[in-house]
Amino acid sequence: MPLSLDHVNCIYATDTNHPVHALDDICLTLEDGQFIGLIGHTGCGKSTLVQHLNGLLKPTSGTITFDGEDIHARDYDRRALRGKVGLVFQYPEHQLFETDVLADVCFGPKNLGLDKDEIEKRAREALLAVGMTEEEFGNSPFELSGGQKRRVAIAGVLAMQPRVLILDEPTAGLDPAGREEILELTAKLHHDNHMTVILVSHSMDDVANYVERLLVMDRGRVKYDDVPKEVFKHVKELEDMGLALPEITYVMRSLKRHRFDVDETTTTIEDACEQIMNLYRMRKAPMDGQNGSSSEEKA
Amino acid sequence: MGIITAKNLIYEYLRRDDEGNVCGKTRAVDCVDVDVRPGEFISILGHNGSGKSTLAKHINAILSPTEGEVCVDGLNTADPANTWEVRQRAGMVFQNPDNQIIGQLVEEDVGFGPENLGVPTPEIWERVNESLRLLGMLDFRMRSPNKLSGGQKQRVSIAGVLAMHPKCIILDEPTAMLDPNGRKEVIRAARALNDVEKITIVLITHYMEETIYSDKIIVMDKGHVAMQGTPKEIFSQVEKLQELRLNVPQVTLLAHELKKQGMPIPDCVLTRKELREAIKDAFKS
Repeated sequence: MPLSLDHVNCIYATDTNHPVHALDDICLTLEDGQFIGLIGHTGCGKSTLVQHLNGLLKPTSGTITFDGEDIHARDYDRRALRGKVGLVFQYPEHQLFETDVLADVCFGPKNLGLDKDEIEKRAREALLAVGMTEEEFGNSPFELSGGQKRRVAIAGVLAMQPRVLILDEPTAGLDPAGREEILELTAKLHHDNHMTVILVSHSMDDVANYVERLLVMDRGRVKYDDVPKEVFKHVKELEDMGLALPEITYVMRSLKRHRFDVDETTTTIEDACEQIMNLYRMRKAPMDGQNGSSSEEKA
Repeated sequence: MGIITAKNLIYEYLRRDDEGNVCGKTRAVDCVDVDVRPGEFISILGHNGSGKSTLAKHINAILSPTEGEVCVDGLNTADPANTWEVRQRAGMVFQNPDNQIIGQLVEEDVGFGPENLGVPTPEIWERVNESLRLLGMLDFRMRSPNKLSGGQKQRVSIAGVLAMHPKCIILDEPTAMLDPNGRKEVIRAARALNDVEKITIVLITHYMEETIYSDKIIVMDKGHVAMQGTPKEIFSQVEKLQELRLNVPQVTLLAHELKKQGMPIPDCVLTRKELREAIKDAFKS
């Protein structure tokens, strides 16, 4: 059963002269097993929204339901909800604190009240899933590289075996290879474990090639909710919101304006390359053909 | 002579276990030689943990070398007597804008640096005005920095450094926490300071696109300088960069792919416009 939001509002600083409407009448259903991108400029309400999804923040008005149950009902077990809807914060490696990697990842499931064997089993599985090796389990989490730290922090949430995994800007501050590792890992978790994954980002380049559904937020509202290709058609609106299209999409748009017959919503290099090469071969082939036949005639 | 020179720079720190006993040594910067000319725009690339930031921290005397020496504008950074002079000549801007803004108002924040240098009050205001104007933040001078966007906050941080009248500014991943618009604002500001004010810029970043206009790129790996050259020289080596956990700009990568598949595209295309023109030429030929 999905996670859904019904007319959710979040207003803070209501008792001051500048109340902030962080979420403005959000209605949304996040279906099971979807890979969703959530994008918007700094301060548009992305992080506020995801913190509502596992009950960390309570909406000012409106209801949020998980499996059809209101998560803010009096007798609802919100502690269990946080095991089911796992949230990986921005810069999650700042939350590492244990003496070794394995102990750190055990912290989440320990808090779910599981027995010792189960805790360790889950922690091991989670670490292997994020690509850590057995030899590294005893290392101090503070001696790992930036990308590794982040993967260990993600494992800490995975070990709770959530059904919904939310990652808030998981690639910020990583080098290009680290960014790609985290994105590939996210895609793999979605594919192998059929988890619902919500990827929060402000980089279109990050989300465009991975997600099947893209939510664009602006000033507390969900402005677009569609497949990425459709969203990218609203170039001007996106730019006005402080967002940029994927770099490759800009190249293809520029070619299109110069009368090349290409798809201007292309987002990947492979795709762009194939289209340009096809046009190029078509352009060259008939000429070669003519040259070929004329030379044959002469012969 | 260069404005920033590092000669055989080595920086080592001791690793300690839980009890605080020394359990090993890590060499974060290993025999690095760098020579930056006045007015250059230098970018430093490298994966997480490659030693970029450690190198940068030597330039304004936050760290001093284990071996070798670093000079800024002829001043040896290891000499404690030079520390303040070095920091005035080489200002630093860090990744997280929230960690470096202290003023209640934008203008107070920008005035903090020159005030500490003992600049007379009327001149402080002149410098604040001038710096904010150069960064396009003059309209925000009476605002609270907390209410600004990430890109605006970073521009205030840069204005704060600029008000100290430095000869060079080191930007350590200034855009890592910003959205695309904020990133553009900050890079545009850095380029303008370099172009118009002739301030030497050292930009450390993970975004390849931000480095394409630099005069020189230095690529770090395991504390060494792994590659050094103009953007065209660096980004033409796609495979080598990928080995170093880096990448090339998306546009360059697409051009590289097209070329590999047989289209006559010149080596190392860096901008969208260059790529479009190269494709048009290829179709004409």
